[in-house]
Amino acid sequence: MAKNREFGNRRLHSLLGVIPIGLFLIFHLSVNFMATKGEETFNGAVHLIEYTPVKLLVEWVVIYLPIIFHAVYGIYIAFTAKNNLGRFSFFRNWMFMLQRLTGIITLIFLVWHIWETRVQAAMGAEVDFDMMAEIFSNPFMIVFYIVGIISAIFHFANGLWSFAVSWGLTVSPKSQKIMTYFTLIVFVLLSYIGVSAIFAFV
Amino acid sequence: MVETKSETKTVRFIITRQDTPDSAPYDEEFELAYRPNMNVISALMEIRRNPVTVQGKHTTAIAWDMNCLEEVCGACSMVINGKPRQSCTALIDQLEQPVRLAPMRTFPVVRDLQVDRSRMFDSLKKVKAWIPIDGTYNLGPGPRMPEKKRQWAYELSKCMTCGVCLEACPNVNSNSNFMGPQPLSQVRLFNAHPTGAMNKAERLNTIMSDGGLANCGNSQNCVQSCPKGIPLTTSIAALNRDTAIQQFRNFFGSDEV
Repeated sequence: MAKNREFGNRRLHSLLGVIPIGLFLIFHLSVNFMATKGEETFNGAVHLIEYTPVKLLVEWVVIYLPIIFHAVYGIYIAFTAKNNLGRFSFFRNWMFMLQRLTGIITLIFLVWHIWETRVQAAMGAEVDFDMMAEIFSNPFMIVFYIVGIISAIFHFANGLWSFAVSWGLTVSPKSQKIMTYFTLIVFVLLSYIGVSAIFAFV
Repeated sequence: MVETKSETKTVRFIITRQDTPDSAPYDEEFELAYRPNMNVISALMEIRRNPVTVQGKHTTAIAWDMNCLEEVCGACSMVINGKPRQSCTALIDQLEQPVRLAPMRTFPVVRDLQVDRSRMFDSLKKVKAWIPIDGTYNLGPGPRMPEKKRQWAYELSKCMTCGVCLEACPNVNSNSNFMGPQPLSQVRLFNAHPTGAMNKAERLNTIMSDGGLANCGNSQNCVQSCPKGIPLTTSIAALNRDTAIQQFRNFFGSDEV
């Protein structure tokens, strides 16, 4: 019965990108942003998260499993497309290509980021302000994190736009246009939050 | 003086040719004397009369499809200067030279510029893009369609199965089984018809199967490329809404028939 799963898989892929992954992204960036209010504020927030009840279960259900499905199915989607920007250089076709490109960049970034923080924490490292400051003492890592975070935010903001189309929330061209402006604001705002947090550690 | 000037003016063509469905494509160049109001088809006819390339090589006549010559049948679609469109309405005066002609490779090439568009007709059969009114007895007149809705539906009915939207779509390719925008918009057309609506759920369930609606990646090239200006992406988004409701009905059950 592996037949006719595509519709359900695609819809699930679209849904998971917003709930819970998108919500988690906003939450994560907000916590990072506390670094701009000083080392203690940031460390306080991080410790608060560490007290999450059944943390490992929450992590798997809300973060890892949805991201694994979204990533694996996303790679399949990205590589079944044949980009044709050379012949059709429309705005939405650019977004189509960038959505796939930023997805791949975000995945590479995420694997590295999880290894560098969460896996190290599981092996006994202390996750705090100093850990991030240590990572960002390498200027290459600053660039890598900026690219990774901007990619993730673009992928989320533009994904929010296509989520609205895929679930039939925005049908008319005008509603889709308004959604384009809305998601642009989301992109700019979250990018500001994300990048300013990085520089708080530098 | 004006006459000698028009005599020396020429039109250059670079045409992608292919002898059999499996053989390798190759380019041939042709030069024709310019005539006013020329279009790509009249140029191809001119080449057919005397198939000699720029290099002086005698070659075979170019194969292409055509029928109505007024952009309503969709048969003469090909890639002209990189854009898929109908060759009957491609006026030489409006084209950059040399004019490059190539087949729409999304479809299997039969020969030269001729492609096999049957996958689109198969899709129309698959989604039942018609209104079933046959029975063993006279069913009488069906429900009337409001005039405003008829005018709206007329826009969707302009589809001529030309294949331009499939050629423009990045998700319609050899790696994917996506049926493309063309049959999807027809589902919306026939679901909107008061008699056609009797088979609405059936059509929706068909496009919810593999290779259907969900494969759309929202590049929206189709709506930008459609020669008839059909609101293809609006149709797709509207069907996304319809199928979202349909999937809940399928899963949870519904008292609606």
